[in-house]
Amino acid sequence: METLILFAPLVGALIAGFGWKFTGETVAQWIATSLLFLAAILSWVVFLTFDGTTEQIQILRWIESGTLSTDWSIRLDRLTAIMLIVITSVSALVHLYSMGYMAHDDNFKEGENYKARFFAYLSFFTFAMLMLVTSDNLVQMFFGWEGVGVASYLLIGFYYKKPSANAAAIKAFVVNRVGDFGFALGIFGLFFLVDSIRFDDIFAAAPALAETNLTFLWTEWNAANLLAFLLFIGAMGKSAQLILHTWLPDAMEGPTPVSALIHAATMVTAGVFLVCRMSPLMEFAPEAMSFVTFLGATTAFFAATVGLVQNDIKRVIAYSTCSQLGYMFVAAGVGVYSVAMFHLFTHAFFKAMLFLGAGSVIHGMHHEQDMRNYGGLRKKLPYTFWAMMIGTLAITGVGIPLTHIGFAGFLSKDAVIESAYAGTAGGYAFWMLVVAALFTSFYSWRLIFLTFFGEARGDKHTHEHAHESPMVMLAPLGVLALGAVFSGMVWYNSFFGHTDTVAKFFGVPYAEATEHGADDAAHKADDDHGEEGEHHYVFTGQPGEGAIYQAPDNHVLTEAHEVPKWVKVSPFIAMIIGLATAYWFYIVNPALPKRLAESQRPLYQFLLNKWYFDEIYDFVFVKPAMAIGRFLWKRGDGQVIDGSINGVAMGIIPFFTRLAGRAQSGYIFTYAFAMVIGIAVLITWMTLTGGAE
Amino acid sequence: MIGTDLSIILPEIVLAVFAMLALVVAVYTRKDALAPVMVWATAGIFVALALWIAGGGNTTKVAFGGSFIDDGFARFAKVMILVSAAAILVMSQDFMAKRGFLRFEYPMLVALSVVGMMVMVSAGDLMSLYMGLELQSLALYVVASLRRDSVKSTEAGLKYFVLGALSSGLLLYGASLVYGYTGTTLFSGIIGAVEGEGVSVGLLFGLVFLMAGLAFKVSAVPFHMWTPDVYEGSPTPVTAFFATAPKVAAMALFARLMFDAFGTITEQWQQVIAFLSVLSMFLGAVAAIGQTNIKRLMAFSSIAHMGFALMGLAAGTALGVQAMLIYMAIYVTMNIGTFAFILSMSRDGQPVTDIASLNMYSKKEPGRALAMLVLLFSLAGVPPLVGFFGKLYVLRAAYDAGLAWLAVAGVVASVIGAFYYLRLVFFMYFGEERDDGLDAGGSPIQWAFLMVSAVIMVAGVVNLFGIEGIAEAAAATLLQ
Repeated sequence: METLILFAPLVGALIAGFGWKFTGETVAQWIATSLLFLAAILSWVVFLTFDGTTEQIQILRWIESGTLSTDWSIRLDRLTAIMLIVITSVSALVHLYSMGYMAHDDNFKEGENYKARFFAYLSFFTFAMLMLVTSDNLVQMFFGWEGVGVASYLLIGFYYKKPSANAAAIKAFVVNRVGDFGFALGIFGLFFLVDSIRFDDIFAAAPALAETNLTFLWTEWNAANLLAFLLFIGAMGKSAQLILHTWLPDAMEGPTPVSALIHAATMVTAGVFLVCRMSPLMEFAPEAMSFVTFLGATTAFFAATVGLVQNDIKRVIAYSTCSQLGYMFVAAGVGVYSVAMFHLFTHAFFKAMLFLGAGSVIHGMHHEQDMRNYGGLRKKLPYTFWAMMIGTLAITGVGIPLTHIGFAGFLSKDAVIESAYAGTAGGYAFWMLVVAALFTSFYSWRLIFLTFFGEARGDKHTHEHAHESPMVMLAPLGVLALGAVFSGMVWYNSFFGHTDTVAKFFGVPYAEATEHGADDAAHKADDDHGEEGEHHYVFTGQPGEGAIYQAPDNHVLTEAHEVPKWVKVSPFIAMIIGLATAYWFYIVNPALPKRLAESQRPLYQFLLNKWYFDEIYDFVFVKPAMAIGRFLWKRGDGQVIDGSINGVAMGIIPFFTRLAGRAQSGYIFTYAFAMVIGIAVLITWMTLTGGAE
Repeated sequence: MIGTDLSIILPEIVLAVFAMLALVVAVYTRKDALAPVMVWATAGIFVALALWIAGGGNTTKVAFGGSFIDDGFARFAKVMILVSAAAILVMSQDFMAKRGFLRFEYPMLVALSVVGMMVMVSAGDLMSLYMGLELQSLALYVVASLRRDSVKSTEAGLKYFVLGALSSGLLLYGASLVYGYTGTTLFSGIIGAVEGEGVSVGLLFGLVFLMAGLAFKVSAVPFHMWTPDVYEGSPTPVTAFFATAPKVAAMALFARLMFDAFGTITEQWQQVIAFLSVLSMFLGAVAAIGQTNIKRLMAFSSIAHMGFALMGLAAGTALGVQAMLIYMAIYVTMNIGTFAFILSMSRDGQPVTDIASLNMYSKKEPGRALAMLVLLFSLAGVPPLVGFFGKLYVLRAAYDAGLAWLAVAGVVASVIGAFYYLRLVFFMYFGEERDDGLDAGGSPIQWAFLMVSAVIMVAGVVNLFGIEGIAEAAAATLLQ
């Protein structure tokens, strides 16, 4: 069954990619879509029937080279199962949605065939992503990692006639190369030290790695820290974390379904998945984990600030994604991998939904993406409005404080923030996340208010012709809405319940804690989850047992439940403030934002220009690289290499050819003379250099 | 005693007697009308002798007090000479008959020159060397001017004769110097004297003059000047003959003299041969670019190829000799095929040698054009064809012998040389349509030789038809 899930999208991709000429475009689209739905249904079966024990399903022997020996096999554990349903569900819905969204496209002329190609790419992406999450070793994972990179490149540049789309595709690819370089170094390092790339071997060796030192770049490093850090660089690239985030907003050049699938729900979360997957190694690398926490928190804050002022509807959501990914990394960084996965899981639903909703708006508004030209669309696009509304309620974290009732984002985001407070003792990461939650609320509601409320702005003609999307586009929104509303409440205990439920869910061995001390007292006192809290459990698995590993001294999960009440309420308050401000700015007093922007001009420009990251990179990396490239091209290749080859081939050789032709005079005396000269030279030479005594 | 000697040299005697008898018979009977029969008979005798020699065991026999050596090396060269001469005879018959100069002397002269070549490769003495060389050359001077009514052919014969006489003079002068400084003309005596008394300047002079004489025969630069003119002026069948058997004989004699008589002072002659090799490779490659006549082009091509063969010799090792023998075998095979094609080039029944006439030949004769393409690629040394392996062998031999610079020069020269081979391919496949292209069709014998040669270039890739082992054994007997 797992094999079927893995290969159904590949078959779909091949049929849609190469077979559409025989089947026709429509049939090819339906085949790809139905194969994806098949994979999605099977994934849910796997997820719901999975009992927590890790399985390995071998597909074939893959590499045999020296001591490098590896299978191509599926590693099925809870992490994989979660990713399976996320990927296949979102992908299946996006496939269905694309039927409507891609039906007409102004970027292609009448009669051009692009739909089957689009579906082939989508299905291929899904296959590569499944390869990534089902991998049993690092090289297989790297294969999937690069596969999704290629698919992302192809889909961002899908409108290949637009120069901006091509530029964005190249940018995404190149920036990801930087991260992949770190990832590859990490793999090399692990193979160098462990002599294996299989997860089982690496996990088993993780404690030893923590005791090992490794020389890298002339410096001694702790091996576990260094390798965890290098792997995280890969994750930074893929998950668009600060420094390597610049490609994600530009990636919005791709069609909106692509943004929903790749740049919101699945591919960008691969980095989070990698950190969780490598949790046995990460647990032994405290410094690297602090860095993950720090960077995640900073990204969450940074992206949220930029999201405040963006006007392109997709870019707002893109920065929101970037920010939410930061949340996930914080959760992983403080050692609560289950919560990172929780947020990944719920985020996939509501973020895909927001993107698809935005796509529906864009579709209805004839590919207008600037929110300043929207307004008052509530009546024209009622279903889309409600879908976006649910998505916004989820992302901003609406729920009833101090209970487990609320939208998906309320539960998972609060879990992250509580973990951050517990993991950093109320430090930097916690405050960054709370502020980011406020900003998130603001820009999300700003999006809703600008788009659906107020006066219609922009081109009147466009507004008159605004129309609700067809059923194939609305149905996926409905399904995702279910996820956005309920996924948090249903699986709250599995991801962020007490240690024993979480351990059971992830298949990790656990035991009752033996030392009941201050911990236990605090536990009892603060047990406000209404559950039976007399027993205190700890994770007791060895590295590699179960889907995630938490060191025995990692009590963040337990402590997160015991944080003060004000901490638990803080994200809700932040949300309320954000909502109120947005309401004030865009409903009550629409002129205010403009005045504020003018009075705080430097700050506004700073945010609007995304903290000037692109400009700095352009100056520091792109320009010099272009200069070097141009130098090597014009001078090195053009003048030196081509020049010398051409000079020899078109100047020197013909010269000698003419010379030889002239020497061949046809007169015997010339020939005889040449012979005599020859013998004279040879004789002289031999006399001078010969070894005669 | 004399009986044993005669039995060793029996193949040469049989061929010589056949040639003289056939000459007398033809003169007194039907003269030229007998020529076709004579051509086939001579070719038959060649093949029979080749089989006889090839099956003649693998012992080394010496006759006439050491001046005639019958060893594996000589047998290898003789088989090559005989087979290639037979092939050239057979495929030229049709060409000459059509143009009315198929004279009965032609097969006889070829047979006599082959006798000379066989003596050359078996020579163990400066005198037998000279005897074989002159016998071969005199016959060749005459065949070059076979078309007495053609100015060009006569001119070619005369030029070849005069320059050949000069080279013979150089060779003889060298021989006398060697004799003067060593007191013997026997190769085995010379090598002993060199070992005993060391190398004197006079002996070196003699060595250089000998080499100059032989370099003329293999048309190595700067003793090559006759080659283009003679190749162009001679009737095409004669050119084909010049390009094959005599080259093998001269190359083998070169190797024989260097190793049997001067094998202990390799480092002395190595540099000279390396020098000749580099010059030949480069001049052959560069000068051929300017040619528009395919026969002249093949002349420069053969100069370049001799440069490569000399590279094997310059290595001065058994591997080098082996590489040289393999190279010559491949070279001869390629040239037979190429000349089979050149012989079939005609327009309105008249032979054509202008390379522009090849334009779009592939449209008229796709099969022949393809075979020619294979041969040209092989001549240029494009992998994976057999010609590439020939080059690979000599390059490796030179490299192993510490002549890396020579190997590098060889690679560069072969890149330059590829230009004119590929230009022919370009004409055949991508040239412009012209009305004055070649006639389609041609003699089936020439077609067969062209095809077989092309197929060998492809199929030989598998194991070179086992020639490696034979050449290795032959090289080993020379270096004993």
